[in-house]
Amino acid sequence: MSTRAKWLLIAVLSVLALGSTGAVGAVAWQQYQQRLAAPSDVSTTGADAVTAADRIVFRNTASGEGYGHVASVPIDDPTSTRAVSDVACDRVDATADEFSCLRIVRGITPTYTATFYTADAVETAAWPLPGIPSRTRISSDGTLIATTSFVTGHSYATIGFSTETKIHTRDGSDFGNLEDWTLIIDGADSAPVDRNYWGVTFVDDDTFYATAGMTTEGITYLVRGSISERTLTTLAENVECPSLSPDGTRIAFKRATGGSGPTVHWTPAVYDITTGEVSLLPESRNIDDQIEWLDDKTILYGMPREDAVGDYDVWSLETDDSGEPEVFIEHAWSPSVVRVP
Amino acid sequence: MYISLTNSPVSKEKRDAKKQDAGRNAPRGVRTVSSTVLTLGLVSMLTDISSESVSAILPLYITGFLGLSTIAFGVLDGLYQGTSALVRIAGGYASDRLDQPKWVAFVGYALAAVARVGLLLWSGFAALTAVITADRIGKGIRTAPRDALITATSDPDHLAGSFGVHRMLDNIGAAIGPFLAFLILLIVPDGFHIVFAASLAFAGIGVLILGLIVPNVRTRRAEIAAGTRTRIDWRSVTRGRMRRVLAAAGILGLVTIGDGFVYLVLQARSDFAALWFPLLYVGTNVAFLAFAIPLGRLADRVGRARVFVWSHVGLLGAYVLAVLPMEDIAATILCLVFLGAFYAGTDGVLSALTAQLTSVESRGTAIATAQTVVAVTRFVSAAGFGVLWYAVGREPAMIIVAIVLVVAIPLVAVLLRPLLSPERADAAKVEAS
Repeated sequence: MSTRAKWLLIAVLSVLALGSTGAVGAVAWQQYQQRLAAPSDVSTTGADAVTAADRIVFRNTASGEGYGHVASVPIDDPTSTRAVSDVACDRVDATADEFSCLRIVRGITPTYTATFYTADAVETAAWPLPGIPSRTRISSDGTLIATTSFVTGHSYATIGFSTETKIHTRDGSDFGNLEDWTLIIDGADSAPVDRNYWGVTFVDDDTFYATAGMTTEGITYLVRGSISERTLTTLAENVECPSLSPDGTRIAFKRATGGSGPTVHWTPAVYDITTGEVSLLPESRNIDDQIEWLDDKTILYGMPREDAVGDYDVWSLETDDSGEPEVFIEHAWSPSVVRVP
Repeated sequence: MYISLTNSPVSKEKRDAKKQDAGRNAPRGVRTVSSTVLTLGLVSMLTDISSESVSAILPLYITGFLGLSTIAFGVLDGLYQGTSALVRIAGGYASDRLDQPKWVAFVGYALAAVARVGLLLWSGFAALTAVITADRIGKGIRTAPRDALITATSDPDHLAGSFGVHRMLDNIGAAIGPFLAFLILLIVPDGFHIVFAASLAFAGIGVLILGLIVPNVRTRRAEIAAGTRTRIDWRSVTRGRMRRVLAAAGILGLVTIGDGFVYLVLQARSDFAALWFPLLYVGTNVAFLAFAIPLGRLADRVGRARVFVWSHVGLLGAYVLAVLPMEDIAATILCLVFLGAFYAGTDGVLSALTAQLTSVESRGTAIATAQTVVAVTRFVSAAGFGVLWYAVGREPAMIIVAIVLVVAIPLVAVLLRPLLSPERADAAKVEAS
């Protein structure tokens, strides 16, 4: 075969290969457009109801119009028509007057942002995140916003697993990366080289709980943080993504109960702050979420749906061993319980 | 830029005649680059579009689509370090021993392409691990034989320039890949499988071009025909002036902490860098491709060892700029420019320097060894810097490494003094052969 004939063959096969890719893309685009235009799988209304009374605010993952948008349902009737707003978020937390929204901004260059909104969706502050959003929590008085995101760069191997957790005030200023604060392990100052923090839950406008993780050893600690002293003090081991109960006596979290690294299995558990006692909850599936308290004896968490990619359900579970996990809101993710004072 | 084609490989005997020829016909400033180098550059470009498009979206795919935790992602990417370094020397050795550089490289490229099929067929962590590992092994296998092919089909006097051309094309692919992937996801947000299909298509075309077009330059054919094939002398790879080069590459590798940390320092100080953090490496790639040819040609003119050593000033510049109190946007952009120049002045130039110092029969092994020394020492450096980072803090750690680098550069310049000028490098080559 002459060189010219070889190049011709290459050209023909290239056109075929790229043409097939284009065809795959065209079909996928058409299906995506159909999904987008389709009415939502669940019954929805406009956004005004977001500012209603006691409610669950969450990310709507029902296929069709309004997918990925912040929605809400009344606490006492979670399966009723959901009010879907115009704001799309990947992770959301809300109080009565405002909500925090972490988002992957798609574009020719994807970026990641945190945005703080009033309850009627007026933006009040925004700041960039260094990677894929993970967790967010607002303090109960609405003055502090905690965000955790992954640090997603290209030269990942040289850095390893890395998160960035920061606490911002509502005007957008922050207290720095928690990694720069003083870590006190078992009463002594310590600075392990691979520490990471994630999953803040606020006690008041100075104190909070969070997870400190040592990547190489695979140890995680529950830490209590003080904003005024810029310290983090360890309390217990193997506690991840803490969530303080409304009465402030217990912490719900995910505990690694099997496997390690990529095969880790997390089980929801409750830690009693005064006694230090930990009880595992009757959930056999692996949960990877920061738990939310519905009330002092019920927790909520998101779980991916087995039959659909990118779709989740919010499940509820009693903390007193009195029941099995139940679906609380279908096609929903990142639940946040809002009680109007 | 104008690149004229020649019909290489150039044999040593023909070289002088050819040089005279070029001197007569080619206008001033025009260099000749063999068509094989351009074809290999095209193959690398297509392969880089393929692999970079996938790695750019991998974090989104794993966490957003598969619903796996990002811890899994860290583990996945860590697989790269071990597998690639080990396989690389094996690839270089096999290429030399079998005298089949093209087909050893072909195995490496084909393995990565076949792995892409797996991405389309399976999802889930186990499949992803297998695919990424195969991809990295493929990269390890192909690098040294490919660089040996570039050496064999290039004019030895313009070798670094040839590597520059190849690395430029390679980095064009590395810059296109992420944008192609993100463009696809912009149009179809959950269209990960389209990215995988495109990745497979580009990898397949690359393998096809390599298989059909690139000649298999068998530098030891006569020797094999005569039945006098000798074993590869490992000592020749680590002896004499090569030992100096390996030591220099190792010492400088130990102070090369990796761009990831530079990006992290920038990201911590500036909202601008934080906003663009996921894409800073693309900026470095663009700077790399812009500098690849000029620095390669400079290396041919003033000496490859000299450019290799002094390019680390670019690295030093990046360290210093990352902590210098100046305008954030300027610091970020200059940092990327300096990092790109550093890679452009070291990557292909080191291969050219190694090729120049070793004989034909152990060239692949030598190139692979030098690259492995760089990869391993940089990994050690990154791990060590991680410790320093937490011990003394972000910016002090950076300043300490910058100071060590200030000491290391002249030290290595002294170490490489016998090789610093091009004339002396030629003398060294004669001595070695």
